[in-house]
Amino acid sequence: MDIQTLTFIIVGLTFALYIAIAIWSRAGSTSDFYVASGGVHPVMNGMATAADWMSAASFISMAGIIAFAGYDGSVYLMGWTGGYVLLALCLAPYLRKFGKFTVPDFIGDRYYSQTARTIAVICAILISFTYIAGQMRGVGVVFSRFLEVDIATGVFIGAVIVFFYTVLGGMKGITYTQVAQYCVLAFAYLVPAIFISFQMTGHILPQTGFGATIADGVAGEGQYLLARLDGLSEELGLAAYTSGIKSKIDVFAITCALMVGTAGLPHVIVRFFTVPKVSDARLSAGWALVFISVVYLTAPSIAGFAKVNLINTVNGPDLQGVEYEAAPDWVKNWEKTGLIKWEDENGDGKMFYSGDERNEMTVDRDIMVLANPEIADLPAWVVALVAAGGVAAALSTSAGLLLVISTSVSHDLLKRTLTPNITDKQELMWARVAAAIAIALSTWFGINPPGFVAQVVAFAFGLAAASFFPAIILGIFYKRMNSTGAIAGMLVGIIFTLAYIIYFKFVNPAANVADNWLFGISPEGIGTVGMVLNFIVAYVVHKLTGDAPQDTQDLVESIRYPRGAGGATGH
Amino acid sequence: MAFKSEELAKAYWRDNISLVLKLLAVWFIVSYGFGILLVDVLNQFTFFGFKLGFWFAQQGSIITFVILIFVYVKRMAALDNKYEVHEE
Repeated sequence: MDIQTLTFIIVGLTFALYIAIAIWSRAGSTSDFYVASGGVHPVMNGMATAADWMSAASFISMAGIIAFAGYDGSVYLMGWTGGYVLLALCLAPYLRKFGKFTVPDFIGDRYYSQTARTIAVICAILISFTYIAGQMRGVGVVFSRFLEVDIATGVFIGAVIVFFYTVLGGMKGITYTQVAQYCVLAFAYLVPAIFISFQMTGHILPQTGFGATIADGVAGEGQYLLARLDGLSEELGLAAYTSGIKSKIDVFAITCALMVGTAGLPHVIVRFFTVPKVSDARLSAGWALVFISVVYLTAPSIAGFAKVNLINTVNGPDLQGVEYEAAPDWVKNWEKTGLIKWEDENGDGKMFYSGDERNEMTVDRDIMVLANPEIADLPAWVVALVAAGGVAAALSTSAGLLLVISTSVSHDLLKRTLTPNITDKQELMWARVAAAIAIALSTWFGINPPGFVAQVVAFAFGLAAASFFPAIILGIFYKRMNSTGAIAGMLVGIIFTLAYIIYFKFVNPAANVADNWLFGISPEGIGTVGMVLNFIVAYVVHKLTGDAPQDTQDLVESIRYPRGAGGATGH
Repeated sequence: MAFKSEELAKAYWRDNISLVLKLLAVWFIVSYGFGILLVDVLNQFTFFGFKLGFWFAQQGSIITFVILIFVYVKRMAALDNKYEVHEE
């Protein structure tokens, strides 16, 4: 059976599984449909959080970016896991005790201000929207390859499926569906990694295989894999794999923006509102990180193996280039999507990949994970499985984000702020309209991306870091912080960060080089500066305008210990 | 007020903050310290085939993060019990 048919079957089977679980759990508990996680064990909730959290960026794009960036790719690994420590230690237990529905609710109530709530809503929409644009491109990459269409058509097909899945299906809130999605994506991520690790190093565990020596019969046998990578990189004029080329301050700033942004992402925070107890909020964050680590500790190994394999296949074991006529099928299959290009510049009929003028290949970073099993010549069912994993990752995250966007617009913005008199039916209609508009806009951005999936997504984190994180931290740990300070801080943080990103990515992309950057910090990392600005502005303005009222300070006191937390709120 | 006295409430919060700060110090040293700022120094050492700084950046820091959260969960549960503010 060919790969395309198998992919249809396996992706179809996983879809059937999600729908079956949705129907089954619905029949079992109609009343607590939206608080499914209220009665769910913290391990299960952690698994569902992991699925919600790990997006197409994590699944499809991250290992590919690491494969090309080497050490510099560590910013994603540390950034997207380290944030959970902040979340568990500084946010989750207190927000759970507070016990409201959304992040704008917390900001609005804690800062006793409708203006603060509105600004928080706008920030939530901006952040979720940026994030979902990255997802659309991810889904598009999957579909373009397996339906053998170009990337634009792939994004469009993906958008239609996401629309039906989330807007009409309304499957969000069913924790068990996300548990299933986690299992599919983790399995799909690990299986090829284990195969390839065993092929290349004889190690079953990709994590140790990454540091091991190359097995007999593979090019470079006996050398350490990482030493081989560094050697190949030098020979081909690429940056050394284990050291990278980004400046230290930029690596620091990007890592920080991603970590802090993780802790400030509205669709992640919301998950901790739904667990039964405050202590479960702490534990859930721990289990979520365990399940995330399963994928994140495998990603750098996949990256390393993929890079070596790519060079071996394109340049040949002797590094002389491989005849295009003799190129394996995956090269030609991916060429159809436009994500791999070969231009025979020296006219010798051979492909060659390098970091200098000899290069003839354009390889899109987003294809590495999907192409990896084909490159390593694994069985067709593994290739199909990876496609199913990519779809699971993109769907589970898109669903959560669209829910944030649509509730922000219909509930927080319209119902609670602009037009309090609309009926429930109108509110629901606006929620769907908002989701549809969000999908349409993000489809456009998915086709015309300013960067690769993981990079687009990185901007969302910068925006979250610069807006929500300081306001929430100050709201919990500095009880005298007042509304004027918090509002000023959020505004300065998000406007500064957004302006910086828009300037370098859209207005003047030609100027996007280290020399022009503020303190040498790239647009990906600028959220860190935005966050610091937010803290400073909030503090100074607070000092000029006086303390928060006593009843607010009492409210803050009461969220600082677990006793007396009510039941889980709806999600 | 769940606490028996104002002093106990203050002591609980102080202990809580001190625990969080200690854990965040480890969090910072392992990721930003070993993985970024000191990476070149640590890369002179080899660890199971990895350059040590590179290992911390791509595997070691993630493993440490997981351990940190579980230590926090355990220590906070003990703290909640000590001050009798755990959930019934």
